[in-house]
Amino acid sequence: MGLRLVLVTGRTLEQAAGMHKGKCSEEYRAAVSRGEIAPENLAALSLAEGGAALLRTEHGTAEVRLFSADLPAGLLFLPLGPFANTLVGDETEGTGMPSFKGIPVEVELL
Amino acid sequence: MTERTEHVTCTFCGCLCDDITVEHEDGRISSVSRACPNGRAHFLDYAPAPRLPRIRGEEASWEEALAEATRILNAARSPLLYGLSSASTEAIRKAVSLADRLGAFVDSTSSVCHGPTGLAMQAVGEPTCTLGEVRSRADLLLFWGCNPAASHPRHFARYSTTAKGRFVPEGRKGRTVIFVDVRLTPGARSADLFLRVDPGCDFEVLTTLRALVREKPLREQEGVCLGGVSLGVLRDVATRLKSCRYGVAFMGMGLTMTRGRDVNVAELFRLVAELNTYTRFSVIPMRGHGNVTGADQVLTWQSGFPFAVSYARGYPRYGPGEFTAVDLLRRGDADAALILASDPAAHFPSRAAARLASIPTVVLDPEESLTARGATVWLPTGKAGIDVPGSAYRMDGVPLRLRPFLAPRRPSDEEILGRLLEEVTP
Repeated sequence: MGLRLVLVTGRTLEQAAGMHKGKCSEEYRAAVSRGEIAPENLAALSLAEGGAALLRTEHGTAEVRLFSADLPAGLLFLPLGPFANTLVGDETEGTGMPSFKGIPVEVELL
Repeated sequence: MTERTEHVTCTFCGCLCDDITVEHEDGRISSVSRACPNGRAHFLDYAPAPRLPRIRGEEASWEEALAEATRILNAARSPLLYGLSSASTEAIRKAVSLADRLGAFVDSTSSVCHGPTGLAMQAVGEPTCTLGEVRSRADLLLFWGCNPAASHPRHFARYSTTAKGRFVPEGRKGRTVIFVDVRLTPGARSADLFLRVDPGCDFEVLTTLRALVREKPLREQEGVCLGGVSLGVLRDVATRLKSCRYGVAFMGMGLTMTRGRDVNVAELFRLVAELNTYTRFSVIPMRGHGNVTGADQVLTWQSGFPFAVSYARGYPRYGPGEFTAVDLLRRGDADAALILASDPAAHFPSRAAARLASIPTVVLDPEESLTARGATVWLPTGKAGIDVPGSAYRMDGVPLRLRPFLAPRRPSDEEILGRLLEEVTP
């Protein structure tokens, strides 16, 4: 059983910069596979800064690198992009908008 | 010889900063000043040299590519036109006409951005103002669920927190800045007050704030913290909101992409409307793509609805959750797609993106995006505001004429869509 957190996706300057270099560029891949969690959550996983982890939601999985950040415990931030997209469902509850934020996610060590 | 053009408009985001200076030589952009990192890349990473279209990855002539695009659209029983938001207003108008002629679905990136804001506007109304008024008059700024430091980096300096305006000559010192979010974003660090809301609890906090503004008797229960914020803090915020001279709320994806979606936004709009009983207050959605506001405007003036429109019955019908792109793809209702100036392959949930990859697609995009790479036909058009003309709507609904500074060497989206409009059969 991994650590259960809440996934929030969003924009970052690095994600936008990587996007301009091209979505097949290494800069973009590095920017959108960079997850952030609270230091205590990183410690609970016994994971070093930038360590690889598997994220699992009911919609899919993604391998990312995790870094500590000034976030409340229990929250995982991942920039929008192809890695986050595998974790997001396509149900829109009648609005057209999928839930890109507030998704239960389980973090496992690789 | 290097040429210098001033007052160029950047169309990367909804701020539409129109004070950019660009230096260019022999049709190449060599330097950009005043732009944010996103804006600099918008200009410097664009190679305006003509490119040939691609059909299934192979280079083809423009005539061959347009013939194949026409064949795809004519063969489809239920085509989807999607994107629009980074194209010029004039190109969007042509795209909507094309959807009308084809009996197609037409949806913009609004549906995975501020679509829920559109629903809230229809439910509550939009107490709005221009960014010029914000700069000149606002002494209280409330940012809810948005991160301008990453998405709209020059918003603070040009329009809001640090801008010096006619009635706010001290700039930042003359404004109270409140941020509400689930995390302390870079922009929130400079706020006078930061409220950390529990994920998915914005509606509860907004409802409580509305009750406090209307002075409803609420009883504090020890240890109870609504959505992560104490009643005492919310009382303080309610007092500040009511006592400011001119308040403006800015809201983003923190409200539209999370549990509650349009209901969250409607609650914020109600709060803003009610605050006008006590003072002057407005709200402006932080629009992402450079002309996403234009996409809403054009679709509304042409069809009556801002997004999620079906022309399948020969007249426009509105259906968020039904005619929105992700829903159409999930159900397998679209059998071909024309994508204009957006990259759903990179930004849709994977299952919707996979479905898009399984149907024939015609993509109009200056860049070879992920969607363009997988397209049946990719048409590399020019970029509005750089090498092709047009206009765009700023996030506050103000339309701006773009001033291209390079000679056009690629066709415009408007031109290509005009050709398709002539070629397709109704």
